[in-house]
Amino acid sequence: MSVVRETLLPPAPPPRRTGGALGWLRQNLFSGPGNTLTTLAILAALALLLPPVVRFLVTDAVWSGASGEACRPEVAGRPVGACWAFIGAKINYLVYGSYPAAERWRPNLFFALVAASAAWMLWLDAPRRGLGALFVFLAGPVLSYGLLSGSSVLGLVPVATSLWGGMLVTLVVSLVGIVAALPLGILLALGRRSDLPILRYACIGFIEFWRGVPLITVLFMANVMLPLFLPGDITVDRLVRPLVGIALFASAYMAEVVRGGLQAIPEGQGRAALALGLTRAQAMRLIVLPQALKVVVPGIVNTLIGLFKDTTLVSIVGIADFIRVLEAARADPRWSAPTIPATAYAFAALFYLAFCFSMARYAGFVERRLAAGERGRS
Amino acid sequence: MRSIPTALLGALLAVPALAQGTPVHDTLTGVKARGHLVCGVSGGVAGFSMPDGQGHWHGLDVDFCRALAAAIFDDPEKVRFIPQSSAARFTALQSGEIDVLARNTTWTLSRDTAAMNFPVITFFDGQGFLVRKSLNVTQVKQLDRATICLQQGTTTELNTADWFRTRGLSYQVVTFANSEQTLGAYESGRCDAYSTDKSSLYGERLKTAHPEEHVILDEAISKEPFAPGVRQGDDAWRDLVAWTHYAMVDAEEAGIGQANVDEQRQKTLSPDVKRLLGLEGRYGRGLGLTDDWAYRIVHHVGNYGDAFSRNLGEATPLKIPRGLNALWTRGGLQYGPPIR
Repeated sequence: MSVVRETLLPPAPPPRRTGGALGWLRQNLFSGPGNTLTTLAILAALALLLPPVVRFLVTDAVWSGASGEACRPEVAGRPVGACWAFIGAKINYLVYGSYPAAERWRPNLFFALVAASAAWMLWLDAPRRGLGALFVFLAGPVLSYGLLSGSSVLGLVPVATSLWGGMLVTLVVSLVGIVAALPLGILLALGRRSDLPILRYACIGFIEFWRGVPLITVLFMANVMLPLFLPGDITVDRLVRPLVGIALFASAYMAEVVRGGLQAIPEGQGRAALALGLTRAQAMRLIVLPQALKVVVPGIVNTLIGLFKDTTLVSIVGIADFIRVLEAARADPRWSAPTIPATAYAFAALFYLAFCFSMARYAGFVERRLAAGERGRS
Repeated sequence: MRSIPTALLGALLAVPALAQGTPVHDTLTGVKARGHLVCGVSGGVAGFSMPDGQGHWHGLDVDFCRALAAAIFDDPEKVRFIPQSSAARFTALQSGEIDVLARNTTWTLSRDTAAMNFPVITFFDGQGFLVRKSLNVTQVKQLDRATICLQQGTTTELNTADWFRTRGLSYQVVTFANSEQTLGAYESGRCDAYSTDKSSLYGERLKTAHPEEHVILDEAISKEPFAPGVRQGDDAWRDLVAWTHYAMVDAEEAGIGQANVDEQRQKTLSPDVKRLLGLEGRYGRGLGLTDDWAYRIVHHVGNYGDAFSRNLGEATPLKIPRGLNALWTRGGLQYGPPIR
């Protein structure tokens, strides 16, 4: 017996939308009671936190004024948030420290150089990246040092490092740390895995020593204790001392990150390379190291971000880094109003956030790109 | 400590930038050879040492270092300022990193015997109290049973304890890690009074929402003589640091200031002024300087009163009264021995 349906079924309702904005919302933010609750809680927190922050930083902020008086509510005639006029009045000091005004084009040129070489290195398809690397790790530091401190060869007025300050010093200290830590760290990591016992133990000793000592101790040793140990007629520039300390400190951390990457590469890779007739150095340079570094991109960037923020510690040993000059600028009684400390710290937070966030974004970009290459090959 | 520029890369490889340094035993010779003075300052105390928006330093401590540089080099700009944290300041002086420490440092016996010498007191301070005007308090003893906000780890805690205990008064202390928090607590009404050095209280008062609602009590409950510090064992340098201050005080007493020093130098008849300005006698020799050393100081930096009013006095937002720092002829303690 067969049944033949003679009438059409009533049309079923359309399936719940999964496309479009509404669909996206439903799928991602309100897919179940747990998800809905979390979404609502986060929205409530944002509604609670964001308006005061925006009000302080933007709406109620005072953008111009000749003295701290402009940032007092009685004078402004309204509630006052951040006093950006203060940052505006002090910006030259915050960027250059006491660097002579007539010579400020030199730090400016240095900033441009840094930006250009960073772009060269970061733009993966840029022409002649090998040359760029050579520039960043060898020529760049020498050129920048000559430019900033001045030399008779270049015909530039010498500017003592004690006059450098602010963002300039923070950038110099971080860059030296970054530029030194990567190559030194790779060498140390390779040395630690070497078959030669003396080299291996020397590297292990170096790494464990620098990892075992707090950075602040290193800086105190470098800036305060070292001059006591050195003979009276030998001095090392007081900015160079913590620079060396930070570079060595950072390279020890970097070495351990790179070693993690080396250990993640199966031994077969290196053996296969040797079997194909590559020398040990070639196998390391062409097969193992590229894969190892790719694995540890997040770790490297993590270390570099940490290093960038750790450089604020140099302010303790009397180096006028960004935080130090911000503190000093706040002492001005002409610029004392209730919101000025908060403004200064907000400005510092934005400065560090901008740098660290860009570093993190670049790392994410590199990782995605390397991962895409992986998929393409397989 | 003039360092021969070495490539940064060389520095990274821990090759030290070698340079001709200062023999510790003769600071003045070292300073002259180097071509500038290195002065340790606090780097951020209103009125004493602070940089302006262009990175140029101002303040009473800064002016003292400029006066020293003016006496030696006839140029108040031949000085480098190195901000010192309170933890590192004494070691920096001992290690020869700085020539003189002008960092509102209180002269105490233990510091004097242990670490350094204090040639002269440049500013007489004392621990004071900031209270609301509405409390109608005029003397510290009226703060019986009051709550007092203090900063942690400073001698203010001990001073307060000593002062109140010896007078049989009761009080309560709330301490905070830094001056921001301390001031914030005082402003929010957590405490009746905020106590620290009087010279700092004037700056702190300006940071409140309504400075005119607060008053700093005249009384001080401790002695805080601020003095520049020098290394032990260099008497010539110690003399020079002391007489730099005395010259500024003597100039004020003689009525010689930055405004009239050039005019007075031409037409003065007073032998005191002539000796001060190097027109009579050879008094700079003993200090290892030229005879117009004091003229240079007054010409470039001014007398003590000039420096005080420029950095701390009525012309500034701080408006700190001269008080103990007035000349001895006006009831203060600033007294310069005669130049003769």
